[in-house]
Amino acid sequence: MPRMNAAQRHGVDFTLNGRKVRAEAENRMLLSDLLRHEIGLTGTHVGCEHGVCGACTVQIDGKPARACLTLAQQVRGSDVRTVEALAPAPAELSPLQAAFRRHHGLQCGFCTPGILMSLDTLLRERPEAGREDIREHLSGHLCRCTGYATIVEAALAAAEEQRKEETPNA
Amino acid sequence: MKPASFDFLCPDTLEEALSALAEGGGEARVIAGGQSLVPMLNMRLARPGLLVDIMRLEALRRIETLGNEITVGASVRQAELEAWADLSRDLPLLAAAFPWLGHVQTRARGTVCGSVAHADPSAELPLSLVTLGGAVSLRSRKQKRKVKADDFFIGMMATDLAEGEMIEAVHFPKARPGSGYAFREVGRRHGDFAIVACAAVADDKGLRLGIAGVDDRPRVFPLPALDDDQFDDALNDIAWSLNARDDIHASARYRRELVRNLGHETLREASRCRA
Ligand SMILES: Cc1cc2nc3c(=O)[nH]c(=O)nc-3n(C[C@@H](O)[C@H](O)[C@H](O)COP(=O)(O)OP(=O)(O)OC[C@H]3O[C@@H](n4cnc5c(N)ncnc54)[C@H](O)[C@@H]3O)c2cc1C
Ligand code: FES
Ligand code: FES
Repeated sequence: MPRMNAAQRHGVDFTLNGRKVRAEAENRMLLSDLLRHEIGLTGTHVGCEHGVCGACTVQIDGKPARACLTLAQQVRGSDVRTVEALAPAPAELSPLQAAFRRHHGLQCGFCTPGILMSLDTLLRERPEAGREDIREHLSGHLCRCTGYATIVEAALAAAEEQRKEETPNA
Repeated sequence: MKPASFDFLCPDTLEEALSALAEGGGEARVIAGGQSLVPMLNMRLARPGLLVDIMRLEALRRIETLGNEITVGASVRQAELEAWADLSRDLPLLAAAFPWLGHVQTRARGTVCGSVAHADPSAELPLSLVTLGGAVSLRSRKQKRKVKADDFFIGMMATDLAEGEMIEAVHFPKARPGSGYAFREVGRRHGDFAIVACAAVADDKGLRLGIAGVDDRPRVFPLPALDDDQFDDALNDIAWSLNARDDIHASARYRRELVRNLGHETLREASRCRA
């Protein structure tokens, strides 16, 4: 790739929630701003903009990542998933989201999209995940409302449900 | 909290990256995982004219064992080394250190070499590299050189990296069977930077203790055997020899106390693993 001038916008092609997209971004644009302001997916929240709060967490190539610490240009060719990809249909929640609702895993909901994206990776990679794994993943997130206990319960319930689904005769 | 503008280059070859760094001089900067650099850009503590993204250089994406040395290239992410199949056998100290290094979410992006280049005085990877007696390979358009980790770190976020140079790889000595390793730290919350971190090695040459978070760079010290009655004095001397400072996270006195306690615990654990 040739050197990209600071003053211009440059195309960036990537996969977003399963669909190929082409966006335009200046070099200095963060992925969080590209998603929210250029593409209009405002589910990804922005709290601190320096990597600490976790509200902006999305998945890049299947791994949880801070959108506020990623330049838009760095996702060229990558597979990006945001919280908008979780629900299977507009009026239906994913099992993890439904568990959050049942267990009061959110109050104001500001931290929730980031936490869902981290836990979604965890439950996909390690279906056997227990309380400690969940707490470890949550250490990368700040929630000012719940006190975390209900989030842990929701995640445990979703993990349990997922395990039952995978072994229907167990 | 948005970065100032900069040119961006995502080179396809190492030569292209090195030319850009040479021509850019002090204005050009490498971006790897971005987990330390992007916060600095967002806060405008850094305002480079050009960023050179090295994450697509396949030649630098390698973890290789050559003889007694494990080489980790500059585009290897922390999570990739953490998941490396031979980690607990060949680099048990790193296996013990990784859970302390930031969070799952930052390790998924941050690189091993980026942490070494950033040279935070509390950072786990520089501490491990120095404690194991590792080395850093530096490369510029004109030359290649390899420096001992202990000589690479020269102060608070200051290294021997020259203008136009980048880290090509870091080298960790492979664990020898029968040696013991331990890593512990104390921080405010899990995943925060350490107030004090200790790494210990027990092998046939004796005990070595590495300490981060106290001086302006990671420091390593040989120690007498644990059952030696001079042991506590030696640890106390080390605590006082480090240039501990008061800051908003902890007092110098608390840091010295952590050196004595964590130091003792890690050395005991390393010795137990050896036996
Ligand atoms: C919330 C949070 C918590 C964290 N906690 C910890 C922690 O507990 N311990 C810890 O050690 N770190 C921690 N970090 C920082 C760690 O995640 C970074 O990954 C690491 O410090 C830098 O690696 P990077 O690949 O992200 O480098 P970048 O951010 O891309 O670069 C960092 C610096 O190194 C330079 N650089 C990078 N690669 C090279 C190279 N190959 N050659 C020359 N220069 C290079 C860059 O120019 C820049 O100056 C934390 C970060 C966050 C956001
Ligand atoms: S907004 Fe990205 S971590 Fe806080
Ligand atoms: S629900 Fe309000 S911050 Fe977590």
